[in-house]
Amino acid sequence: MAHITLPEGLPGISGPMAFRPETAQPLRALAEILLRGPNSLTSGERELIATYTSSQNDCYFCQTSHGAAAAHHLGGNLELVDQVKRNFQSAPISAKLKALLAIAGQVQKGGKHVATDDIERARQAGATDIEIHDTVLIAAAFCMYNRYVDGLATWAPRDPEVYAAMGMRLAEQGYVNSPSVAAALETTV
Amino acid sequence: MPHIDVPAGLAGPRGLMVLRPETAGPLSEMAEVLLRGPSTLSRAERELIGTYVSSENDCCYCQTIHGAVAAHYLDGDEELVRSVKQDFRHAAVSAKMKALLNIAGKVQQSGKSVTEKDVAEARDQGATDLEIHDTVLIAANFCMMNRYVDGLAAWTPEDPQFYRERAVKLADHGYLGSASR
Repeated sequence: MAHITLPEGLPGISGPMAFRPETAQPLRALAEILLRGPNSLTSGERELIATYTSSQNDCYFCQTSHGAAAAHHLGGNLELVDQVKRNFQSAPISAKLKALLAIAGQVQKGGKHVATDDIERARQAGATDIEIHDTVLIAAAFCMYNRYVDGLATWAPRDPEVYAAMGMRLAEQGYVNSPSVAAALETTV
Repeated sequence: MPHIDVPAGLAGPRGLMVLRPETAGPLSEMAEVLLRGPSTLSRAERELIGTYVSSENDCCYCQTIHGAVAAHYLDGDEELVRSVKQDFRHAAVSAKMKALLNIAGKVQQSGKSVTEKDVAEARDQGATDLEIHDTVLIAANFCMMNRYVDGLAAWTPEDPQFYRERAVKLADHGYLGSASR
């Protein structure tokens, strides 16, 4: 049960967002620009960074919903998402994305864990300043979202179909224009 | 030295926000709503929560600037800010604030560290659902900002006077558009 009284039936972050729309607005805008805005990193890559960070933070709702969004961007490849979460160094992804995920992993532990070596490795693999900036901010932002979702003990559904539908909506309609996640629940029944 | 090329002379997140204005917008709005918007928690109380979390995350820039803003709202009481960072349970703040700072400290560790007992204690001291919600989100938000600033090794000045002067600007004009002000 959530630590505060939230509207019924809204999974994960959508409950607190409905409870407090004033803070929901910048939270949605941030996710939209970070994960779907114009970028030399694809949305699939960015959702993988978010998913990886969330799995390191052991946040079930966030890793599963963003994992589903990542999979949708990557042609339905849930297996790849699982591999990235378990061991990204041996996943079939680019050297650049591996270097960026390593940076994300350091950010998850704490900002000061990011060493110049980590940055250098990313540069050598072709990462630009903006890609490094965005990787750090995506990882940092998910350290926020994960704490928000779990800090209020929000409800996380356990049905994978629910997340598949959520992932599709997030990938196709995004974080600002998409209807309440509760609508995704209705269409899967 | 910052890990990436940022405009010189802009401390903490400012250089990062000028480099990347698209993400600066929502970040500034979050700070403005959370720390200065209408609330039953005072601005000083909310800045103290941010300062405490930033000190637990060992983020020098964030704890110093938000500590300076908190002190500004508290008529210059830097000693109180210091005592909250070092040992809030014995600081001169309300029992409700102590319970909320306890929750913030748990959020800093992990969302899952917040227990029903922590929340019950806050309620016993008069905290509302909204105050508990905002405490969790402020703490979570600072866990983001601390990682952003330190993760990119943003410039962190050492002179305490720099922070006092900057704090006056933030207290007077807020966080929207603050990066370029």
